[in-house]
Amino acid sequence: MTVINKLSWMIGGPQGSGINVSADVFAKACVRSGLRVFSNIEYHSNIMGRHSYFRVRVNERPIQSHVEPVDLLLALDRETLFGDVDAPYQTHRGHVHRLVDGGGIILDSELGVEVDEIGRDEVNIYAVPYADILREGVARSGADYNSKRHDIMRNMVSVAASFALVGMDMDQIVALLRERLGEHRQDLVELNGHVLASTADFMKDNYPDPFAVNINPIEVDKAPLYMRGADAVALGKVHAGCSIQTYYPIAPATEESVVLEKIKDDYPIIVIQAEDEIACINQAVGAAHAGARASTSTSGPGFALMIEGLGFAAITEAPGPVVCLYQRGGPSTGLPTRGGQTDLRLALQPGHGEFPHILVAPGDLAECFELTYNAFNYADSYHVPVVVLLDRCLAAGHWTIDDFDRKHLDVTFGPRYDSGKSREGDTYRRHLLTESGVSPRSIPGEPGGMFVTTSDEHTEFGKISEGIVNRLNQMDKRMGKLQVIADEVPEEMKWTLHGPADADLTVVAWGSTKGAIIDAMDTLKRRQNIVVNFLQIRMMRPFPSVAIGEILTECENVVVFEDNYSGQLRDLITQSTGIRIEKLVVKYDGRPFSQTEIEIGVHNAISEHAEKRLVLSHE
Amino acid sequence: MATAEIQLKPKDYASEVHPDWCPGCGDFGILNAVKQALAELAIEPHKVGIFSGIGCSGKIAHYLKTYGFHTLHGRVLPVASGAKLVNEELTVLAMGGDGDGYGIGAGYFVNTGRRNLDMTYMVFNNGVYGLTKGQASPTRQRGEKTKSMAAPEIQDNINPIGMAVSAGYTFIARGYAMDVKGLKELVVAAINHKGTSFIDVLQPCPVYNDIQTMEWFSGRDRPGRSPRVYKLTDDESFDPVVHDPLDAGEIVSKKQAALGKSYEWGDQIPIGLLYKIDLPTYEDRMRQRKGFEPGAEARSIIKDATPGQDIALTLEQYR
Repeated sequence: MTVINKLSWMIGGPQGSGINVSADVFAKACVRSGLRVFSNIEYHSNIMGRHSYFRVRVNERPIQSHVEPVDLLLALDRETLFGDVDAPYQTHRGHVHRLVDGGGIILDSELGVEVDEIGRDEVNIYAVPYADILREGVARSGADYNSKRHDIMRNMVSVAASFALVGMDMDQIVALLRERLGEHRQDLVELNGHVLASTADFMKDNYPDPFAVNINPIEVDKAPLYMRGADAVALGKVHAGCSIQTYYPIAPATEESVVLEKIKDDYPIIVIQAEDEIACINQAVGAAHAGARASTSTSGPGFALMIEGLGFAAITEAPGPVVCLYQRGGPSTGLPTRGGQTDLRLALQPGHGEFPHILVAPGDLAECFELTYNAFNYADSYHVPVVVLLDRCLAAGHWTIDDFDRKHLDVTFGPRYDSGKSREGDTYRRHLLTESGVSPRSIPGEPGGMFVTTSDEHTEFGKISEGIVNRLNQMDKRMGKLQVIADEVPEEMKWTLHGPADADLTVVAWGSTKGAIIDAMDTLKRRQNIVVNFLQIRMMRPFPSVAIGEILTECENVVVFEDNYSGQLRDLITQSTGIRIEKLVVKYDGRPFSQTEIEIGVHNAISEHAEKRLVLSHE
Repeated sequence: MATAEIQLKPKDYASEVHPDWCPGCGDFGILNAVKQALAELAIEPHKVGIFSGIGCSGKIAHYLKTYGFHTLHGRVLPVASGAKLVNEELTVLAMGGDGDGYGIGAGYFVNTGRRNLDMTYMVFNNGVYGLTKGQASPTRQRGEKTKSMAAPEIQDNINPIGMAVSAGYTFIARGYAMDVKGLKELVVAAINHKGTSFIDVLQPCPVYNDIQTMEWFSGRDRPGRSPRVYKLTDDESFDPVVHDPLDAGEIVSKKQAALGKSYEWGDQIPIGLLYKIDLPTYEDRMRQRKGFEPGAEARSIIKDATPGQDIALTLEQYR
């Protein structure tokens, strides 16, 4: 029986072999066909040669994660099949074992792979002579074949073969290439068109039987948006009126700044590449004081350098900046291109001394957009730095979404200083003690609003003071903002209990694991009638202790899922509510949770002899 | 920038806070020169942003009645740069000590030179870390031992002027804190210059620097009592200005001349303008990329960025 519109597709090969464009073309064609897509890439910290792979999962229902089983595998090299068996120490065993029964492998017949080597009788092997097809396609276009010029299109043969198997239209690839390459490279589009046609003919002649999965386009008014979390964050910043983004290149945060670099001339925004992350944070603090909605983005190693600047922002009560922290596998350089939720503890206390800040963690596209947008409102309303905690999975994973709901978004600012007739500035107190702890601000350049502020402890006027009463007052003023923020930010922004109030199991998690958990909840309910609900925590500071404590008190069986070693959210919950959650599922291999792994974790948690700390890994 | 009707005096830039610098400190001369320069240029106090680092010099932000930001040790240039980027209409002066700028902040000193934002950076160079009680700063020469150092300096000194020349600063000068009039003129020229201006200001630290004292600079310690500092304007053969910014040969020869002067030390110490070239500022280049007409009036980007601004066109590209 053919499965319709439900596919787990994967392409693997050496870096530099066109994995990205292949997956992008396939995914985008599915999106244009009215389908929902989740995709993500795994790659080494390397430019060319090391193994990378891209997963594309397609469905008619909204999906937000990958699954371990693969229906169709496109192998551009032997390593994709069998792993790096010739390496002095093997790092992976390839992807053949992930294929479902009835699935398929598309490979270059020149690789000389024997059926026995693969050892999966129930898997279809589609050996395709990439070079011959390329030659034929090039000949059809009327050009002379030149391996240096044309071998780069090998990946397109592979993608086209997969299109043919699942019944997709080659014209979609041509249309997408036309958009990507632009008007001045139409010769290349035509050349590709001939190669695609040759591939289609080959597949029709040699593999006419239908594949296990078929993709049937669905009529939709408008194709959904298809983008990464990093794109959503960048767009959230622009929509919020952010006028400066500072950055220093670092995986996986750079993706967001590259997006902003590309669109910066269409909007009133400055994007500046600084000399290091210390410069980034301090430029952003200076800009925030000078009147901008200011932001910077980095990863763990860069954030470690920024903490000095965050304390400076907080003691001078700058309106921001917004700092996006894309976590990766640490410590130190760690796993530069892999992921993890390893920096929650760091982001909760980003600096020496005690100061207020806001910490939020989005879990999907819509939240990446909205929480980033709101971060600027928080910064302007409370004059504190705001950290948006993201990770590699959100940075590089692609999701589909119809649109970003923007009508309900408001704009909030803290109080502004009105100098009235005074042009002297003698009476203005930038750090005035107020009930909310937020002092009316002026913007440099405004007459009458002159102030000085300092990283030293200071008086209401911003003058250095080591006086005891003043110190107590200013500390109380600053730290008191946390309670004001806790009171004013709506509860629905801080956390969500997804699913029914009563469930067999309550999953507690944060950030990018959301997609896999939501997908697993749905499948577990439909297939096995296991009812799971999911407490997603989005605001980590100030922490919604009362609400979370009340919910957890009501839950009988609770498990925390985290992409780290120690269960950092679990510790935060204990510290804030006094409740210790005993069951924990962790992963610290640098790879994101799949839906499949969430299901494994749930099964463990509801079993009688549940492991208290279950460690999962992608192997 | 200057408005004819406004009459401003140096005291109009004085805050009510009394400086707690030591008697005889060179910082007083710098403070006076800055106030005089701002008054001469008639820039209204609220249109000035003073950014300072950490150390004795950093306190200057509290002694001036302008917008003032007393920042972090070594980070004054990034903070000032961020403010200038978004609030172009502000006259930005960044200030800090030699340890602040050439030690912990050396990376920012170098990279700020690459951008040519329209602002001024003054380094209060007294050869010591004063506020931490007299340790050697990066300008301290190997073998020298001031009175609070436990042993003679074992490292070599850096050459701030040479660093500025190679980093790309478009206005490079050296002042002397006890020559307030001369320093005031340099500050006026630095603020008027379109681009990043750098002034290395030599100054005595009467408490911790017992080598480069006021007497030493003025030559009263040596026979003939001729001053060690001399004005570059007195050297008629030296022309620091690049007259044709498109002439690569002239640029190299003027930079070489400035570098040569920067190594004069000891018996003859030049002060004054060492190098100047007119090049497009960062703001000019940025505006050009955004499609503004060349020579468009400075306009702060914070006036155009609007919360809630439309992003629909960009969104459609993701479908």
